[in-house]
Amino acid sequence: MIRLQDVSIQAGEFRLNSISLTIPTGEYGILMGKTGCGKTTLLEGVCGLKRVTTGTITLGDRDVTRLKPGERGIGFVPQESALFTTMTVYEHLAFALSVRGWKKPAIAARVDELASMLGISHLLQRFPFGLSGGESQRVALGRALSFRPRILCLDEPLSALDHDTRLEICDLLAEVQRTMGVTVLHITHDPNEASRLAHCIFRLDSSAIQAIPLQTDASISL
Amino acid sequence: MNTDVPPDESSPPHRAGSDVPFFAGLLLLSGVYVFLILAMVLANTAYTSLDIFARTLASPEIQYAIKLSLITCSITTVLSLWVATALGYCMSRFEFRGKSLLDSVLDIPIVLPPLVIGLSLLILFRSPPGIWFEEHFKAITGYRITYAVPGVILAQFMVACAFAVRTMRATFDEIPARREQVALTLGCTRSQAFWSVSLPEARRGLLVAATLAWARSLGEFGPILIFAGATRMKTEVMPTSVFLQMSIGDIESAVAVSMLMILAAMAVLLVVRFWGSESYVR
Repeated sequence: MIRLQDVSIQAGEFRLNSISLTIPTGEYGILMGKTGCGKTTLLEGVCGLKRVTTGTITLGDRDVTRLKPGERGIGFVPQESALFTTMTVYEHLAFALSVRGWKKPAIAARVDELASMLGISHLLQRFPFGLSGGESQRVALGRALSFRPRILCLDEPLSALDHDTRLEICDLLAEVQRTMGVTVLHITHDPNEASRLAHCIFRLDSSAIQAIPLQTDASISL
Repeated sequence: MNTDVPPDESSPPHRAGSDVPFFAGLLLLSGVYVFLILAMVLANTAYTSLDIFARTLASPEIQYAIKLSLITCSITTVLSLWVATALGYCMSRFEFRGKSLLDSVLDIPIVLPPLVIGLSLLILFRSPPGIWFEEHFKAITGYRITYAVPGVILAQFMVACAFAVRTMRATFDEIPARREQVALTLGCTRSQAFWSVSLPEARRGLLVAATLAWARSLGEFGPILIFAGATRMKTEVMPTSVFLQMSIGDIESAVAVSMLMILAAMAVLLVVRFWGSESYVR
């Protein structure tokens, strides 16, 4: 479960005030809203990358409001993939596991499992340079899922992809969410993406956040 | 002629004038400077000969100066890299009160006349805290700072480090902070994210900063002259040799040492050009 209660975040001149939302455990939550309304800031707040000034963030049954990003157990996929240019795809998938002190054979087994699930086994020895947009997002997703987080935060992961790749990754996200049972908070502009993936949809505007009933999601407009 | 009337189809088509004067101007202004640079280097090369070169290199004083230059420049470079990485990272990643003031402070060694840096250092080490520090430094290491080799290193460091800081800041500016943030969400501490993600990505910048700091310290003269002196076989580095040889009228030797420095500078340029512009491909 992802629960935000009266969360306010100050980011420079920009301020998000009193945001509350709940995504039940194992559900796929979509957050929509106009450019500049603070969607990414909110996601960064959930991940611990922006300091929350008031309110509480609960993940599962833990209050994580004051925890460091690495202690929250969130897999984060940013908009631009943000792959590490000096690491191979294998090293990306192994990174969080090495940080946690896993033994090499256990890491190798987990990387194999992830790579075959995401269809990137043939890329393991490649560096990010020269990977296609879809491949990069698969690697970024694998990196985020590697340590089996219960929560996945995705910041417009499909926005830089062409139409076909977008559909492909969309299906992959739905499958990953179903098989791993993660609770997802996914930011997007695209109503089609929302209707394909969402169990619950929220719209953020300059002052407030509102839940949009699913049955009307076909008519979501921004 | 009435300019309000639009041209009809029968009027002659517009002719744009020639671009030749523009390009001629560009060529002339750029050419003069490039010509001067090359002519200067060529003149220096033509003035010396292998014999003079060999004779100069055989002199124990010059050998000492070359050795001291290489050692002090390398130490200065290592010190500069540590400080520049820390400062460049702070300036690139964090917003804090007084940041623009700090930015201006970091420019002081770049804009101050070199002699003034040497003089200021000397005055600092003649003040009570400076004397106290030098006494303790001598008690621990056995070396004085002023008019001694540590003074040469400090004088080089004061200027070279400022250039390294600029380079490292630009390097970290080019590396998106997002990658480090992702590393944080993956379980890293700030320090782990820095050492495993940001610093490896900054390695080309590190090499360029090291090369610039090394080259800058190799050419440093004014602050060393004032702060560390120009004593033969003691604080004489290569620029000091040029100065001392010139002052005793041995222009040939001065030119030969200059040639060595030109060669070193060219090697530095090649490294910066090669590593500074190559896109990361593996």
